Amino acid sequence: MLALDGLDVYYGEIHALRGVALEVRGGEIVTLLGNNGAGKSTTLKTISGLLAPRRGSVVFDGRALTGVPPHEIVARGIAHVPEGRRIFNRLSVRENMTMGAYLRTDGHVAADLDRAFELFPRLKERLTQVAGTLSGGEQQMLAIARALMARPRLLLLDEPSMGLAPVLVEQIFATIVSINGQGTTILLVEQNAAMALSIAHRGYVLETGSVVLSGTAGQLAENAQVRRAYLGE
Amino acid sequence: MDFELLVRIFPQVLLDGLLLGFMYALIALGYTMVYGVLEFINFAHSEIFIVGAFVGVELLLGLKSRGVLDTAPWPLVLLGVMLAGMLASGALAVTIERVAYRPLRAAPRLIPLISAIGMSFFLQDVIRLTESLWRNAFNLVYPTLEPLNERFELTSTLDVSAKSLVVIVAALLMLWGLHALVNRTKIGTAIRAVAEDQAAASLMGIDVNRIISLTFLIGGAMGGAAGVLFGVQYGLINPYTGFIPGLKAFTAAVLGGIGNIPGAMLGGIVLGLLEAFAASYMSLLTGGAFGAEYKDIFAFSVLILILIFRPKGLLGEVVRERA
Repeated sequence: MLALDGLDVYYGEIHALRGVALEVRGGEIVTLLGNNGAGKSTTLKTISGLLAPRRGSVVFDGRALTGVPPHEIVARGIAHVPEGRRIFNRLSVRENMTMGAYLRTDGHVAADLDRAFELFPRLKERLTQVAGTLSGGEQQMLAIARALMARPRLLLLDEPSMGLAPVLVEQIFATIVSINGQGTTILLVEQNAAMALSIAHRGYVLETGSVVLSGTAGQLAENAQVRRAYLGE
Repeated sequence: MDFELLVRIFPQVLLDGLLLGFMYALIALGYTMVYGVLEFINFAHSEIFIVGAFVGVELLLGLKSRGVLDTAPWPLVLLGVMLAGMLASGALAVTIERVAYRPLRAAPRLIPLISAIGMSFFLQDVIRLTESLWRNAFNLVYPTLEPLNERFELTSTLDVSAKSLVVIVAALLMLWGLHALVNRTKIGTAIRAVAEDQAAASLMGIDVNRIISLTFLIGGAMGGAAGVLFGVQYGLINPYTGFIPGLKAFTAAVLGGIGNIPGAMLGGIVLGLLEAFAASYMSLLTGGAFGAEYKDIFAFSVLILILIFRPKGLLGEVVRERA
């Protein structure tokens, strides 16, 4: 479904990604592990078009995404929940959701709103509230719900557990599994490697902008290097 | 001090102040909308405003020279002229953004600002040149629409001209229309989303550049409408007429809280009222020591005071960010 190959991305003079290659197949949950600054968020931003690679290719459903602006990438079926959620603080919860469905012209937006509220009942109670006043957990729910409103085939999630209490993290991850169960492919960036590996099918480990390891979630969880560096053993 | 006189002129001064205030409010919207989206002051907006006034005067003079100005129904003439002014100013604003601001989007803040100031001077002289070639004059007088000069005596101390009523009604309709567009429609929500976070908006599938163009179009059109209304109300225009009202409208936008649309409306009205009251009352209250010519000093002193205590403006919001 998605294939990155030989991706080189720079922030000014900083070489952030070095020849990154990875693949996400339809229906999978794939996780990207790595420390701060390893290039995980950079990889997602390159896929969604926020960053342009200097070399290499991003191919989605057989078509190149390089050089395509972000709003057109959304139209092709990729939604990105960025790092730090980036919900619209001054817009209401409902307006945030409407923006998620910005490109939709089929008449099923209202039905999808109801589906999103089944996943996140808390949001329904806060429908007319200004999003900036939501709690951290609610904001994360809103960010995911908003992305789902685009009916993406591929969902990019950047650190959905960041800053959340453990019980909320469990809840968010259960929701990710159920979103995947409904047919959405997921590429998950996560600091919490144990959680990520517990729900992912496969994973890649990034270090200083390069893929250093890859395998099924089980293989990675058994790997001594991963256990030492990311699972705290 | 003639207390009775102060009371007697009060309603008239209030009306004059509101009239001026609505004018400022319409112009201020152009500054505040662009600032809201790009955090950039479009200094050429005062010329975008005056171009609307010039398109209006040219159309009216054209109608007059064909002898149809007094036979055509005036509401139709006024509406047509206003639409033409809005279209011209809106298109001009969009063009300016494309050629003078967009290429500089990644440049340091000061660079597009200088480009805007340059654009402002450039437009003043383009208007002057065009009108000089075309009419051999660049100080133009709005032809009068006779029915608009009718005055209604509401009380013995308050009379309103038909054109003042038209200006107020037109301004109110546009302010209401814009408010509804921005707050009740999907495209308006997209404008607010882009204003808050361009990258996140693009991840929603919003074409940020198109929304920015739209913002310039709407702000420019409001400015153009204000230009026509300004001409109808005050009569005399020249290529440099836009500068002072533009500066004051910008101040009104800051007073209301720059980037905030209801703030621009409120700021415009407050500034208009301050000016009108200062112009009429100062000389009466100070026994002639300070005349109407000090109105700007008074109005701006009040503005400075307000901004000292409310640096973000009257309606400027303090959004609390949460992790």
